[in-house]
Amino acid sequence: MSNFPEFRIGIDVGGTNTDAVVIDADGGVVRAVKVATTPEPIEGIRESLEKVLREVDKGLVRKAMLGTTHPTNAIIQRRDLDRVGVLRLAAPSSLGVRPGAAWPDDIREVVIGASAIVQGGNEYTGAVIAPLDEDAVRRFAAEAPAHGCQAIAVSAAFSPATSEHELRALEILYQELGDGFPVSLSHQVGSLGLLERENATILNAALLSVASRVISGFEDALAGHDLAIDAYLTQNDGTLLTAVEAGRFPVLTLGSGPTNSMRGACALAGVDDAIVIDVGGTSADAGILVDGFPRESTAAVEVGGVRTNFRMPDLLSIGLGGGTVVRDARAGNGAGLAIGPDSVGYAVATEAVCVGGGTLTLSDVSLAAGRLQDFGDPNLVASIDAQLVGDALAWVDEQVSIMSDRMKSSRIELPLLAVGGGAHLIAEQVPGVSEVYRPESYAVANAYGAGIAEASGTVDRVYSYDVSSREHCLDDARDLAANAAVRAGADPDRIRITTITEVPMTYVPGGGCRVMVKAVGPLA
Amino acid sequence: MLTADDIEALCLGATLLGTGGGGDPYIAKLVAYQALETYGPVEVVSARDLPSDALVLTTAVIGAPTVILEKIPAGTEFVASVRSLASYLGKAPTAIMPIEVGGCNTLFPIATAAEMGLPIVNADSMRRAFPQIEMTVFTLAGLPAGPLSVADEKGNQCVFETTSNQVAETLARTAVIQLGLANAISCYPLTAGQVAEHGIQDSLTYCTEVGHLLQAVKDGQVGAWERFLGESGSRAFFTGKVVDLDRRTTDGFARSTVILEDLHGSDSTMRIEVQNENLIAFYDGQPVITTPNLICLLDCESFDPITTEALAYGNRVIVIGMPCAPEWHQDGMLELVGPSAFGYDIDFVELSV
Repeated sequence: MSNFPEFRIGIDVGGTNTDAVVIDADGGVVRAVKVATTPEPIEGIRESLEKVLREVDKGLVRKAMLGTTHPTNAIIQRRDLDRVGVLRLAAPSSLGVRPGAAWPDDIREVVIGASAIVQGGNEYTGAVIAPLDEDAVRRFAAEAPAHGCQAIAVSAAFSPATSEHELRALEILYQELGDGFPVSLSHQVGSLGLLERENATILNAALLSVASRVISGFEDALAGHDLAIDAYLTQNDGTLLTAVEAGRFPVLTLGSGPTNSMRGACALAGVDDAIVIDVGGTSADAGILVDGFPRESTAAVEVGGVRTNFRMPDLLSIGLGGGTVVRDARAGNGAGLAIGPDSVGYAVATEAVCVGGGTLTLSDVSLAAGRLQDFGDPNLVASIDAQLVGDALAWVDEQVSIMSDRMKSSRIELPLLAVGGGAHLIAEQVPGVSEVYRPESYAVANAYGAGIAEASGTVDRVYSYDVSSREHCLDDARDLAANAAVRAGADPDRIRITTITEVPMTYVPGGGCRVMVKAVGPLA
Repeated sequence: MLTADDIEALCLGATLLGTGGGGDPYIAKLVAYQALETYGPVEVVSARDLPSDALVLTTAVIGAPTVILEKIPAGTEFVASVRSLASYLGKAPTAIMPIEVGGCNTLFPIATAAEMGLPIVNADSMRRAFPQIEMTVFTLAGLPAGPLSVADEKGNQCVFETTSNQVAETLARTAVIQLGLANAISCYPLTAGQVAEHGIQDSLTYCTEVGHLLQAVKDGQVGAWERFLGESGSRAFFTGKVVDLDRRTTDGFARSTVILEDLHGSDSTMRIEVQNENLIAFYDGQPVITTPNLICLLDCESFDPITTEALAYGNRVIVIGMPCAPEWHQDGMLELVGPSAFGYDIDFVELSV
């Protein structure tokens, strides 16, 4: 905790709302606002900033963090994307799968202007597959602009371990196309898995213009309030990129929304390890925080139909929300109660029985049982059959129990954070859960999560435990990750290692092991 | 004819027959798509329909799954492994054959057949995934794995004459470590007559059929689950939740023990022992499914086959036992691929359906 007053601004641009909070050095919410997200999102950012800074001493604001769906939307809508030249350094290996092979046609046609697989890249041992074919790189540079390419994505085999060929290709591309030409290198974007890393690098290159507009808009908005402060964007693992880094690696910001929301909710509740269930109008999304960060999914993540190897939060969704429709089918065919998956969604405020509407929803059941308060008229639901109420809530409780159980990675009991407009559906007692929390300022948890984000550094490489000891290899990986976190802005004295993952390599003698380490620390 | 339209079902079937291992067929699927698109469809033939003295050569990927994710095959290494063995034998191949229909090696030979303009033989030597070269019905028939060739994508090739199929395994692995751990192997050079007599017949058809049957289950078709079990001769043994997962690596093999608790609330548990592939399933301590029969884990909701690597605490899975190919049931099976071959002091259990 800091001894001098210092504020941070957190802003989150969501699909519906743009939220902003001002947070003090102790993590307290000084001020929070919510405005509608605008078609040109920078307008909403400007408006939320304007509102949140009213009655706040701007002189105390030191940093501003932005979480935004701009890049995700650009990919999903195939809009405003730059055309990319794709250069793979791996021949003669990898020729069996062309760049963009498994992409949906519509995004491939928009994004991939030209592609080539040239000689280069490395083996798992670090030896070259082939010397880099510099002439081929020059030829590609000469031809790419004619195919409309505004940026180039370069990916070499095993570049997360050995990046020389990607760096040399960058030099050549700069010589041929000029130093300012936008180039994304795969070892700076993704981890092991050539096709997925290449995909992420192509998407990164395609997002450079979008990112540049967002960031300059954000910085202009801050400057408009005479705030000459550091600006950051949040990435999908809940940590920060400086505005400069975000401009170079926009793809890393994809999917930061759910992460910010979960981290914000946990910080507001004051817990580090918890199951988070966000119950909305239509669905309930469950995630889990371990040491204050969302557990990442092991499955390949698709963004707009393109497979990447990003580590996105492991989320589970089911059709259970405040607007979920409840049908009593017992009288008719004896089939019993039918709950969802359809929902009246946000129209629950006008269509539910408890507000005089005609559709029986889970909110009505919740009100009849006394779980829901401060909404609707209890008299309107008084006539609902008690058996039906009991059965429907038993179903809800079972679903919540299954979700929280599936999220846990061990039998140890964890607290559960019930958030979102439909959180009233979650009972006070859930099997396997130590305690149910309902954080108060949840409405702005996303922006709060952005505002409290820290800097991070990661490493992902293959070590041989027979060449040097496992402990020595892990120490080396920890150091590399910590150094990367310091470069990202973390306070060197307050860095902690948040994850170490070792994946032993099958069929490889010599103790080959893939090691992934992440280091995190508060901003210096 | 086998076209790009057949790949999806074949790939799903191959993941199932991978029985928890066998290598993720995703990259192999992309390689097969590109080859079929570039070189055209592949003719599928029965070994019985080829001249009995025609040369049939196999090809497969050999290496480390982690490395193959980064060093994607070129396609040319498979062709090179076949050509170098053919050149050593002094005879051109008439057809290509998968050695392992189960996991990624189901699909690579299809790409090779397309590129070489040769038919693919509807047969193999495992009809599931196994971790070692000698674990084939050909070994049971006394057919040698050698001479065999190993090739990389750069033009390096080696051919081994070997005294036993176990030595073949050792030599090939040693070569692969030097060649970058993502290579092609061609072994068990056989005549069509030998394949017809000793191979597992129609395994590509079987793989495609179980793929279609499982796809119907995934699509939620009425009666599809019963059809899937009935037509594949399989049985669902347990529906449970992963409550413990112990992973360790010894001698280069990924070994793990998976413990499942009954989802329906009884105190029963299932324990599965894994060495790359799922090998033995114990119900309340009693072995109920043993290698070479197949132990497959399906996700309770999506019915996707789950590989050992992707398995995590809390997964809800259905454990099914599938019968191994009938061709396995002959003298020597248990010594070669039964529980004792993997170091378990357990008797083989017939699959009761």
